[in-house]
Amino acid sequence: MKIAVCVKEVPDAGASRRHDPAADHRLVRDGDPALNPFDAHAIEAALQHAEGADGVTVTAVCMGPASAQRSVQKALALGADDAVLISDDALAGSDVLGTARVLAAAIERGGYDLVLMGQQSADGECWVLPGVVAALLGWPVLTQAASLSIEDGSVRIDRQAEAGYEKVGASLPAIVSVSDAINEPRYPSLKAIMGAKRKPLEQLDLAALDLPAGSVGQDGARSIVRSVGDPPPQPGGTVIEDDGSAADRIVEFLRERNLV
Amino acid sequence: MGSLLVYVESSEGQFTTGSLGVAAKAAALAGELSTSVTAVVVGPGASERAATLGSHGVGRVLAVDGARGDEPSATEVADAVVAAVRAESPLLVMANASVLGAEVAGLVAGRLGLGIATDAVDASISDGSVIVTKPAFDDSVWVECGWAGEGETAGVALFRAGSFSADPVNGATAEVVGIEPEGSERHVEFLGRAESTDEGVDITQADVLVGAGRGLGGPDQFGVVESLAQALGGAVATTRAVVDAGWYDYSTQVGQTGKTVAPKLYIAAGISGAIQHKIGMQSSGTIVAINKDANAPIFEYADFGVVGDLFEVLPKLEQAIRESS
Ligand SMILES: Cc1cc2nc3c(=O)[nH]c(=O)nc-3n(C[C@H](O)[C@H](O)[C@H](O)COP(=O)(O)OP(=O)(O)OC[C@H]3O[C@@H](n4cnc5c(N)ncnc54)[C@H](O)[C@@H]3O)c2cc1C
Repeated sequence: MKIAVCVKEVPDAGASRRHDPAADHRLVRDGDPALNPFDAHAIEAALQHAEGADGVTVTAVCMGPASAQRSVQKALALGADDAVLISDDALAGSDVLGTARVLAAAIERGGYDLVLMGQQSADGECWVLPGVVAALLGWPVLTQAASLSIEDGSVRIDRQAEAGYEKVGASLPAIVSVSDAINEPRYPSLKAIMGAKRKPLEQLDLAALDLPAGSVGQDGARSIVRSVGDPPPQPGGTVIEDDGSAADRIVEFLRERNLV
Repeated sequence: MGSLLVYVESSEGQFTTGSLGVAAKAAALAGELSTSVTAVVVGPGASERAATLGSHGVGRVLAVDGARGDEPSATEVADAVVAAVRAESPLLVMANASVLGAEVAGLVAGRLGLGIATDAVDASISDGSVIVTKPAFDDSVWVECGWAGEGETAGVALFRAGSFSADPVNGATAEVVGIEPEGSERHVEFLGRAESTDEGVDITQADVLVGAGRGLGGPDQFGVVESLAQALGGAVATTRAVVDAGWYDYSTQVGQTGKTVAPKLYIAAGISGAIQHKIGMQSSGTIVAINKDANAPIFEYADFGVVGDLFEVLPKLEQAIRESS
């Protein structure tokens, strides 16, 4: 069985945020980009299945600039057997549809039985990608898995929906996204980090995926940002650093508001 | 001119408030554009209750009655929406970003090659077309999005849960037309829902909630929040991270797929403040947050924030409160 895990490199969540009108409205963050933390749970889910069954391989699949190699290495260090990085200048400015086209093409090329993704991308607040990729492949999609079982050529998940926990399932191949509480991702050992550098990492450009020009990147984008601005002003709260007196300061604040 | 097409979701034999809110918003936009709203409904008994959508501003309903399981699955709904788009050539497809709604929106966008704007919180008309407003980066910037669709249908708009009020606007009835979409070859199967686990504490009724997130570290660490809640005469609330991990009961969960609460005081401890959590507690009177990460999004909307270790702060807070009362 071949499992692919889609991974993305995202800006560091801890760093300050701004949008850059000079850079074509693209949203940028300071700090070093890193593996989307939600994707670590998808990798972990794949590894746990691989460790409990025979002949299961795990491939990390990433679309991103050449610098995303850092995040792909992280996926390999966590335990993926190999990786595919799709990088091409023509991919800059891709929207969700364009990104999905690239991932779907890479998945088709790799011939996977199961594709796992994180619950969302930390920078995009977007969790529709699994559905778009599934549609392009003609596969079923199951999202937000709190638990996952793979048996007899099918996959079943438990997940939380608005009306409570429910079970959904599908035959393989299928696309599944996992909740950030499905597991506790492992920390790569130093040995694993070193070993990752020797694992196969295949770099592909657009030509290798046979995608028509204009279907991806800025030209292919079908959803477009028209303007970027400040949010409506929010009355800012007070934030203090605990120096041992925080509890008293909270009580003082609550007393001012007649809450204690 | 094409209509605005809205997926109105059914769950347990009722239309969901989130998707009715999107229908109401669509009706307001349709008024400005001098067009109408068409809804797609799918599920057991869907066509029977469909006429009532008129009171939410829907003119016509395309209905698929029944489902393979007790509830329709994402692929079944997507089949219906795709058929509706092909038949009606709407200006735009609109849906509420529930778990199912987001799957459906993604499937529809992929099958029809449409652009999709996610996490929208509002929509308006600009130069005769619909545009949406969406916050980005934990709500720190606001973006206006449109579409560059080639055909008559511009794209798909997916709205953050709870963006619009779902109150009926009038008493009209909608025209209901049954449709039989071509089925997907490969389906998602809805296999059933877990029994409700309500343990008696109704967190929506509490004046004070102590919210406990993954920062608690494990299921045996909840003593600090439980005793603080007790000192304040309140109850413990949780996040999905805590509930999905099996640390605490689902009935205590706040957020998009949990409960919506508005206590006088919400103390968030070890909660990052993700948007899906915020949706469920942003109407609290006062929000106090304790988190050891100064960059946690919760500090952007807390009235009083403490950057610190909850295991240091909460016991002292409990003691101070017990002493002051
Ligand atoms: C479709 C969908 C629906 C969702 N619905 C919901 C929902 O209904 N409700 C919900 O809550 N979430 C929901 N989520 C999940 C949501 O996106 C977040 O993953 C979740 O809210 C995170 O929970 P958390 O804050 O407990 O955990 P984390 O995000 O992991 O945050 C834990 C926080 O604890 C802090 N911390 C750690 N140790 C300490 C300490 N000792 N002292 C102080 N602070 C500490 C950390 O700095 C961190 O900020 C949904 C997601 C999706 C995609």
